[in-house]
Amino acid sequence: MSPNTQTQNPVPTYTKKDFESGVDPRWCPGCGDFSIINQVQKALPNVGVARENIVFISGIGCSSRFPYYMNNYGMHTLHGRAPSFASGLKVSRPELMVWVITGDGDALAIGGNHFIHTMRRNLDIKMLMFNNRIYGLTKGQVSPTSELGKKTKTTPHGSPDYPFNAPALAMGAGATFVARSIDIEGAHMGGVIAEAAKHKGSTFVEIFQNCPVFNDGAYTFLTEKAVKADAILRMEAGKPLLFGKDNKKGIRFDGQKAELEVVTIGENGITEKDILIHDPSRSDPTIAFMLANLSDRPGFPTPIGIFRSVRKPTADEMTWDMIKAAKAKKGDVSLRKFLSDAETWTVK
Amino acid sequence: MQPNTGKTRPVEKVDGVTIRFVGDSGDGMQLVGSEFTKASAIAGNDLATFPDFPAEIRAPTGSLAGVSGYQVNFGSKDIFTPGDQPDVLVAMNPAALKTNLQDLRPGGILITNSGAYNAGNLEKAGYKTNPLDDDALKKNYKVVSVDMDKLTQAALAGSGLSNKDVARCRNYFALGMMYWLYSRPPEMQLENIRKKFAKKPDIAEANVKVFSAGHAFGETTELFVSQYTVPAASLTPGTYRNVTGNGAAALALAATAKLTGRQVFLGSYPITPATEILQDASYFKEMGVVTYQAEDEIAGIGSAIGASFGGSLGVTTTSGPGLALKSEMLGLAVIAELPLVIIDVQRGGPSTGMPTKTEQSDLYIALFGRHGEAPIPVIAARSPADCFYATMEGFYIATKWMTPVLVLTDGYLGFGSEPFRIPEEGELKPYTVAYQTTVNDPSGYMPYKRDAKLIRPWAVPGTAGLEHRIGGLEKDSMSGMVSYDGMNHEKMVKTRAQKIRNIVEDVPDIEIEGEPTGDLLLVSWGGTYGSVRGAAARLRAQGKKVGHVHLRWLNPLPKNLGAVLKAYKKVLVPEVNDGQLANYLRMSFPGLDPLQFNRINGKAIKISELTAKVNEILG
Ligand code: SF4
Repeated sequence: MSPNTQTQNPVPTYTKKDFESGVDPRWCPGCGDFSIINQVQKALPNVGVARENIVFISGIGCSSRFPYYMNNYGMHTLHGRAPSFASGLKVSRPELMVWVITGDGDALAIGGNHFIHTMRRNLDIKMLMFNNRIYGLTKGQVSPTSELGKKTKTTPHGSPDYPFNAPALAMGAGATFVARSIDIEGAHMGGVIAEAAKHKGSTFVEIFQNCPVFNDGAYTFLTEKAVKADAILRMEAGKPLLFGKDNKKGIRFDGQKAELEVVTIGENGITEKDILIHDPSRSDPTIAFMLANLSDRPGFPTPIGIFRSVRKPTADEMTWDMIKAAKAKKGDVSLRKFLSDAETWTVK
Repeated sequence: MQPNTGKTRPVEKVDGVTIRFVGDSGDGMQLVGSEFTKASAIAGNDLATFPDFPAEIRAPTGSLAGVSGYQVNFGSKDIFTPGDQPDVLVAMNPAALKTNLQDLRPGGILITNSGAYNAGNLEKAGYKTNPLDDDALKKNYKVVSVDMDKLTQAALAGSGLSNKDVARCRNYFALGMMYWLYSRPPEMQLENIRKKFAKKPDIAEANVKVFSAGHAFGETTELFVSQYTVPAASLTPGTYRNVTGNGAAALALAATAKLTGRQVFLGSYPITPATEILQDASYFKEMGVVTYQAEDEIAGIGSAIGASFGGSLGVTTTSGPGLALKSEMLGLAVIAELPLVIIDVQRGGPSTGMPTKTEQSDLYIALFGRHGEAPIPVIAARSPADCFYATMEGFYIATKWMTPVLVLTDGYLGFGSEPFRIPEEGELKPYTVAYQTTVNDPSGYMPYKRDAKLIRPWAVPGTAGLEHRIGGLEKDSMSGMVSYDGMNHEKMVKTRAQKIRNIVEDVPDIEIEGEPTGDLLLVSWGGTYGSVRGAAARLRAQGKKVGHVHLRWLNPLPKNLGAVLKAYKKVLVPEVNDGQLANYLRMSFPGLDPLQFNRINGKAIKISELTAKVNEILG
């Protein structure tokens, strides 16, 4: 395809070990990042891509050390800028599988501009954003996903800033695959990562990640045994959006108010038929957007799973279609002929 | 053609002429200027041109801010610059006269459209009375005042064209007059017009009529005392085309892709005066150039570095403010040691500064403008056509030495144009850009294990067995893994610096234009080449012992530069900045204290002003 392409070998059968670089991860004990890398390394043997054709690109932050621990090609770049490197690499080498590993500060604060543009272009780039709602590497400052009122080293009186809802932002920017998972939900995360790997287009996965050192317990409101069932809404394609201890609570679309509401099966005549069926492939992102925003509404559960997954031509596909068309039209042009494509005159 | 009145006027032979066409943005002066330039090129003249666009995109019609110009200098001898001072000024309205008259050489020819000197236009130009009625004007210049509006309307009477379309044709009246004045064969132009307006035959015919009327007007009236001819120059034989500096840089991307067989990837963001490179290169897909318009300057260079990591020849184009934004990225390219070309089309600074005006503003930032110890090679183009070769050289150095390379051009070169001899087939040599494909050490692939010249290998994604990770953290001198060892850092800093110094093997020794020793040596770099060379030639013709060296390589400096600088009694550094090269030379050659000649007025240095300065120094 591109002139830099090496000969394509058949994809060998891999195990998880083939994706471990042998360098021991240097995250703090108990950090959620361990569980995430474990799931990525477990998923990669099954994506059908040769190890040498997979590239991990990261920015700066705790999560961004990730590429060093993967036995693939990798680049640990600048704060916030990983998507720009990934974009250039993907456009120039569309046959590579390109992952971006980032954090909430890296992707949404200093890298916010690159983030939205990567999503809108629908380049086939897979971004995993580890959201610990804090700056870890610099030891505990407020981040763009920290809750309103959060006390940190730079907000001793509480944060006066509203946080981003990352999946909503990604969808607003045009991402064609948007999902969320939680570090301690290994099996769920593994499933989401496997789907992300399959998707062609801008892929955004937010992973709630606990930072036991600087923001411990950020997600206990979801993950504590006692609250879990009522707090988490597990979205599954084709299935009704049910949650709660006995799966009796559900999400209904109130057509009158044009909003989502929580209802209970068996109460006020509600049956399973009233519950919204989850469909990430809806071309209109409105319902997915409403679901993403549920977590900001008091009394509503936090959805995990795939919000949206639609297939659209990617920027890299369209770029190479144009290149192929130009080559087909003009053929192999000699350098002299190319340089002479202007008004010329001869000096004797 | 109109019949001749019978009066023949003398045809004077001249060595060279500078003509400036100026009018309202809508008057088509760029078109007229470039058409006249083409005719001069075909007549075999050497030439150089420079357009002068208004800074405002849609300035009001007839206003001072809306004046647009095009200057061409052509001649039978080597032409180094678009010319100091116009010998002929073609001014289409009062605003154009007001903003340009001060540049016209005393005694020069002023051709102006008297039809445009109505009350409204005079007021917009800030004239209380009609300047054409001013006796001083006629005393100082040869004034040829012609009502081109009326003559154009007369030529198109009964054509059925709207008033607006008729008004649009009058630039061809001026062009027709200039064709006659400089003895250019009109037939070719008629053909050009028909080709240019092939889709609108009625407009084509109208322009043909008006052009012919302008030509006949020159021939039949007695407004001109004489007609001129400029003999052909002795240029290297070959096929020529005109190129602007930005156009030439874009062509170099395609040429490099062709010569190396590798993809050239241009990641860029629009910025004046560099944007045309990205625009032009986006048409070169079939040649192996991939272009990507990024969301900002930082992503422009980031995407290019990402592509370089993937084995492409990454390049980014920018101007001063953009270069400032890219400096953190440049540091990354330095520490990662990836090939990358940065073309900086310099403009007046600091900050937004003077976007459309030229300045040799960025030598300091090119040499020193990064965090930490981060030397990179710096090459500066010397003329519009040289932007092609300087860019080609940038790619060669970047890929051979695994380093970012800064190629400096400037707005004067980027917008200016000159004839470019198209290299013959095989004249530009292909070269190999090799990737590492095998493990280079018993303990595995070592991305920072260097060869004798300190160059590291380049293994690209897709190569099985060479998977590795690199980044912006200091790295172990072999494995490239993160290293916080202070001694390793010191070693890496010194090694990277030495590698850049080693590039001197690719830097040709500098040659003195003139005698090996003498009274005063002019030292220039970049876009001032033409003016300084022209001034040195003029001074030597006056019997002055003046030499000239021109620096294409700013880092590393040529090996023999120190010795050359000592060969003359005095050293003078003319620059379009406040003395950046002069200070760099002071730092590089302790004890040397060159004299300076600095202009920071947004314009190229004039041959005449530099000549005067040297004469003043030499007494
Ligand atoms: S600071 Fe927090 S996020 Fe960073 S490695 Fe330690 S636990 Fe993980």
